[in-house]
Amino acid sequence: MSGLSFVSVPLGKTVRALSRLRGGGSAFPGLVVERIDPGFMARALRNLPKGIIVVSGTNGKTTTTKMVVELLEGQGLKVFTNRTGSNFTRGVAAALLGEVDWRGRLSADVAVLELDEAHAVHFVNLVPPTHCLLLNVLRDQLDRFGEIDKTTRLLEHIAVKTTGTVVLNREDPRVASIAPSVRNAAVAYFGLAESLRDTFPSDDDLRGATGTAPASSLPADVVLETVVSNTATFRMDGEASTVDLTLRGVYNIFNAAAALAMARVILGGEAKRDAMLRSLAAVEPAFGRGESLVVDGLPLELVLVKNPSGFRLGLKSFDAVGYATMIAINDNYADGRDMSWLWDVDFDSLRTGGVEMVSGVRAYDMALRLQYDDVAAQAVEPDTGSALRTFIRSAKDRPKRIFCTYTAMLAIRRDLSKITDVKVVS
Amino acid sequence: MSSGTPASKGTVRILQLYPRDMNIYGDWGNVLVLKQRLAWHGYDAVILEHNAGDTFPGDADILIGGGGQDSGQVVIQQDLQSNAAHLRALAGDGTPMLAICGLYQLFGNFFKTQDGTVIPGIGILDIETHGGSERLIGNVVARSEEFGDIHGYENHSGQTFLGPTVRPLATVTKGEGNNSKEDHEGARHLNIVASYLHGSMLPKNPAVADFLIREAVTRKYGSFEPGDVDDTLADLARRHAASRPR
Repeated sequence: MSGLSFVSVPLGKTVRALSRLRGGGSAFPGLVVERIDPGFMARALRNLPKGIIVVSGTNGKTTTTKMVVELLEGQGLKVFTNRTGSNFTRGVAAALLGEVDWRGRLSADVAVLELDEAHAVHFVNLVPPTHCLLLNVLRDQLDRFGEIDKTTRLLEHIAVKTTGTVVLNREDPRVASIAPSVRNAAVAYFGLAESLRDTFPSDDDLRGATGTAPASSLPADVVLETVVSNTATFRMDGEASTVDLTLRGVYNIFNAAAALAMARVILGGEAKRDAMLRSLAAVEPAFGRGESLVVDGLPLELVLVKNPSGFRLGLKSFDAVGYATMIAINDNYADGRDMSWLWDVDFDSLRTGGVEMVSGVRAYDMALRLQYDDVAAQAVEPDTGSALRTFIRSAKDRPKRIFCTYTAMLAIRRDLSKITDVKVVS
Repeated sequence: MSSGTPASKGTVRILQLYPRDMNIYGDWGNVLVLKQRLAWHGYDAVILEHNAGDTFPGDADILIGGGGQDSGQVVIQQDLQSNAAHLRALAGDGTPMLAICGLYQLFGNFFKTQDGTVIPGIGILDIETHGGSERLIGNVVARSEEFGDIHGYENHSGQTFLGPTVRPLATVTKGEGNNSKEDHEGARHLNIVASYLHGSMLPKNPAVADFLIREAVTRKYGSFEPGDVDDTLADLARRHAASRPR
């Protein structure tokens, strides 16, 4: 078996080096090694002493993966992970090529892998995970999967292939419904205190009228009890711990409970709570997810929005008062082509201050949406480049916030890097 | 869009059918558009809801229903059947209705799933739907003589065929519409507009919204006096939507 590594790993590493020389950091080398040596990943990952963790769900994967990694590193573990933007199987293979030695051996205690929910199925068939963390099933993938119930089946497949512990969001009815299918692994949950339930509507709670499913009675290993600005209280083993987070956004803070639950599964009795909380406090936002940059000496925040729950939580997390707001909506494949979900977001909180600039391919859809919530839009400019320049000029003396879909975020980040320091994530 | 608060010209009651289980594709947007346009035309709007198990409200002026998961259709099935006679009477009486996607299918004679199970509809529309293996997903433009071009987004696996007593809502110029064999989209019958398009449908198709409003107000108050509504953004959104790929 391992004989193949003598060919595939050096070849893959060479392709990787060459494609880096060409300026790409792409998943192409991963594709090459996957094609010529399908067993490569399983061999490289199978002997890690603390196992293989897969993080999936429709939203929050990147930031949650980052949190799990930093929690485990904070406890002294050596962690292998796939970085932002490579959450497909070939991305994992490409990341592995960068870390393994020339014989295909990986020196790490544990792997924490973010996997796109559709590609995760392919991955877990090749490499059964020891643990998985399943976050949510939200609506931003309907143009890919047709139904959110189908997305649930994809996550269920990950859970079924898992051999150690499956960690589930007990507050998401679709994620919680996976538990009975898990036969070969233990099930643990993370959750919310009842008082926070209506802060995190599931897709079933989204409609004009209010309405929230009752709090779950499933036992949770970690419960998020309170959130006040960036300060959160988590309950673990009957004990409440309060921590000031660097991360912003209530959805990130709920995912911090998910990351804590996963880390506790891995560490067991060895978990040092104070150190974990210190690690959690220090986690910074991932690429484009609530990043705060500085433009003209004032903060400019990028908030990624992909679905109605996320947009609602974004509006709730980031107070509009005192900020100039821009919204950029694209409908490219990576954003999802269907923009009907904008109608399930409530924009009332922007009514007082209005919106300075509306941009993106679907700028007029967005402006129309604001019109129906009586929110004034100062300007509408589909081209994100010129919209950004106008926005920065006209809001020169105010802190700024941009809500943007994925490809709009990429474009805006690129333009911002010409005028300010934007962190580069490889 | 008028300033100040002139005296209301009347009140229109909008009933959203099954928002709990059939509201997954931005259907709330259609309700919001009716509510706001009524206000802009000078009328008050009251929004009512009917979910499975509720007592059916008796005095709605416009009915509106959306799409759900296949599982959502199963949940509402029994309740819908128990209110079928009432809904048929309302339709026959000329109550304006908008039925999108899942509710469109269930307003018909039946939905035969891929495995051959026949889910009965309530027979308001002479249509039948057959579950398909292929899912029709993407942006749609369809031409209607009554409403002009209709813009939306479709996402369905049911293939719907029209019987002789309903006419198509529109002819597809981009996308699939009712089924992958014909170029029809949606159905028109009495004061009912039925369609696979969400997106949401009414925001970018104000002519359809105003049709429902005009019929409701005229039935209730004898005549409809439109207000001055600014549809510039809707026009721009329509123009842009037409250029988007599937």
